[in-house]
Amino acid sequence: MAKPITQVTLKNGMQVMLKEIHTAPIISSWIWYRVGSRDEPTGRTGISHWTEHMQFKGTKKFPANMLDKAISREGGRWNASTSHDSTRYFETMPADKIDLALRLEADRMTNSIFDPKEVASERTVIISEREGSENEPMFKLSEAMQNYAFRVHPYHHEIIGDMADLQTITRDDLYNHYRTYYVPNNAVLAIAGDFETKIMLKRIKELFERIPRGPNPPRLGRPEPEQKGELRFSVEGPGETTFIQIAYHFPNATDPDYFPLQVLDSLLNGANGLSYKTSRLYRALVDKGYAVDASGWSEASIDPYLYRITITLHPNRKPEEAIAVLDSEIKKLQDELVQSDEIKRAVKQAKAVFAYGSENITHQAFWMGYTAMFSTYDWFTTYLNKLAKVTPKDVQRAARKYFQPGKRVIGTYIPKGKGG
Amino acid sequence: MATSITKPSLPSPKDIYKTVLSNGITVLTRSNFNSPSVSMGGYLPAGAIFESDEKLGLADFVASSLMRGTKIRSFDTIYNELESVGASLGFDSGVHNTSFGGRSLVEDLPLLLKLLSESLQYPAFPKDEIERLRAQFLTGLAMRAQDTSDMADMALDQMLFDGHPYSRPSDGFPETIQSITRKDMQKFHRLHFGPRGMVIAIVGAIHPKKAVEAVEKFLGGWQVPGQGEAAVLPPHKPVRKSMRRHHTIAGKSQTDLLIGSVGPSRKAPEYLSASLGNSVLGQFGMMGRIGDVVREKSGLAYYAYSALDSGIGPGRWDVAAGVNPANVKKAIDLIEKELRRFVKSGVTKEELADSQENYIGRLPLSLESNNGIVSALLNIHRYDLGMDYYQRYANMVRAVTREDVLETARKYIDPDRLVISTAGP
Repeated sequence: MAKPITQVTLKNGMQVMLKEIHTAPIISSWIWYRVGSRDEPTGRTGISHWTEHMQFKGTKKFPANMLDKAISREGGRWNASTSHDSTRYFETMPADKIDLALRLEADRMTNSIFDPKEVASERTVIISEREGSENEPMFKLSEAMQNYAFRVHPYHHEIIGDMADLQTITRDDLYNHYRTYYVPNNAVLAIAGDFETKIMLKRIKELFERIPRGPNPPRLGRPEPEQKGELRFSVEGPGETTFIQIAYHFPNATDPDYFPLQVLDSLLNGANGLSYKTSRLYRALVDKGYAVDASGWSEASIDPYLYRITITLHPNRKPEEAIAVLDSEIKKLQDELVQSDEIKRAVKQAKAVFAYGSENITHQAFWMGYTAMFSTYDWFTTYLNKLAKVTPKDVQRAARKYFQPGKRVIGTYIPKGKGG
Repeated sequence: MATSITKPSLPSPKDIYKTVLSNGITVLTRSNFNSPSVSMGGYLPAGAIFESDEKLGLADFVASSLMRGTKIRSFDTIYNELESVGASLGFDSGVHNTSFGGRSLVEDLPLLLKLLSESLQYPAFPKDEIERLRAQFLTGLAMRAQDTSDMADMALDQMLFDGHPYSRPSDGFPETIQSITRKDMQKFHRLHFGPRGMVIAIVGAIHPKKAVEAVEKFLGGWQVPGQGEAAVLPPHKPVRKSMRRHHTIAGKSQTDLLIGSVGPSRKAPEYLSASLGNSVLGQFGMMGRIGDVVREKSGLAYYAYSALDSGIGPGRWDVAAGVNPANVKKAIDLIEKELRRFVKSGVTKEELADSQENYIGRLPLSLESNNGIVSALLNIHRYDLGMDYYQRYANMVRAVTREDVLETARKYIDPDRLVISTAGP
């Protein structure tokens, strides 16, 4: 049904990825910039995310108000997000309306205004966004976790940024950030949906190729030194529920160990987006009454990041009891070889998750650009095969290498009761 | 520039198949061979409306227990079968219905239907599983008590629908969850679960005939002679004066604010006028007029929008924002001003046209995935919209006039009788 993808690099260095899918009269266009919260020095944390907000504040050609109205009027869906490694913008539109999205993205790659008044009003909006997150115990725990797990690497701060920086970043800081990173040679345009590649590529060249290349932007990424010895911390706040987060340092997405660790994740935590009631952690912690929930999470990253396990503690239990149970589950993975059936199960789960994803064109365009941030599209197309090749010994070796108590951080949210 | 090689049409009487099994189950299906997956969803009339105030949360407790072990399979076996093939199945409950949904690769649809059928007909309500769930619910309620958005929401329902089933939280309160027994659950299941009134929709890589045969095989034999009658919703008392309540949660950085009115039901003739009006008020583009004044112009909130929630009974029409505690009054004043403008002058011709085009243009997107179509089919059935609803949709949307919107706004929103709920420090 879908043709293989077309990949082209324009004369100005912009990477283009196109995938024809003719199942619905829809096209999804994503533009990715290689800049995220990891590229922010102290004093300017949160600037990538704030820049993303400013990209909705208009250009001369597309003033703020007109921008969102134009897309919405055509029945489009659009949004943006900032991660540690990248900033991305998408529009999913009825196929015959996609030209608007392409013109908009070409224009705001260079012509956003960053009006000082808009900067001032957006400052309080972003502070409000941060205050909303601060209402959540898990945000407090998670933010502190990054801080403890990364002393040197810029993965150490939250994407939203520190309050001190949100109060002091200037219009010029933002504009410089924008001009430095928003250049075609730092961008990937990934489009999937109901179009003809030849015609689409011609139009992309017309709109984007005239944008001049800029200096290749620098990327921050001081390598995190190996952690020596377990770290523990606690944060306090209102509430009655204790949360524990345990983080292990994990390799980046292109490391050969990434795939055995995906199998490990599936055993411990179940498959992404599915229920996980037969995962090892759920059985050991929730079924046995130590926790009311337990789940794990990792992300495909450019530099080594974290695998985090979050436990919502049972009200009658103590954190140490739950951590002891987790330790015995990890020891099992290190001492005993997993069954090859368990690996087959992980592959079948992943296969189903891929099938669900293929119902959705926005999702398919996302994956093209996303993989380009840390690898190539092959990473995505060979994912199931690589997973299938993992052996029980690979899993054991990875468990021994990465799940070491001396290389983890344990954080606890201690509830101080209803009164705060 | 784009060319559609295949042009899938919107759901129509030609491709939606509807059958009623001899035991009363309605089956709706539509094929989609673009992906090797299948989605399923449905409901039966066994909701919180049947609960007493003392046992609030019972329907929810029952729904959550259905897959915790049946007379044939244990909790662990059920989930092992599902998760091993990457399938999912779950139950939920609301005021009117217990609903279910799931998906799988198409080859595993029989498994999905088998587990659905067993969970509905033969739940075992194992004692240890009930206690495990109870602990989870109590923790969930403790977390709810700390959630500014949840608490503001609950208080708004209590004020808007005082004395009506819609005023009660379907997840109950700690004391009601503590009081629910296994016997209560078995009784609820015996009285309210049965094939009459049940609806199931299946969409995916399967021919409609095959899908109906599969439902017939697993659920066609279900008979419940004493199945209770569907509940009748009592009338609700209109809001006679403005009301305001603040729920204090210490130690929070932000206050959640809701300003609400009672809205139309989904079947009300003015529903579409209200929906389009709501789009202008607080949805279109960057959260409509509300987003424009509260977020874009004043920088007071990250989110500020309006929402219309319409179902079987009276709906809820509200404006929501998350603001710094020092800015609550300022935000309320701005929102009230917008609501006054909305009921005084309605929407402009251009604003209405923008939202009309948005509603029509976004249809293919909302109907893109199997899950999207399942919801569409269930809505068609639940609200008697007609099988040709999506064929008529564009004309119906375009037929709404500025006068319709204004009249509807005035009917439901009275700026002098607003109900305001806040939760925060």
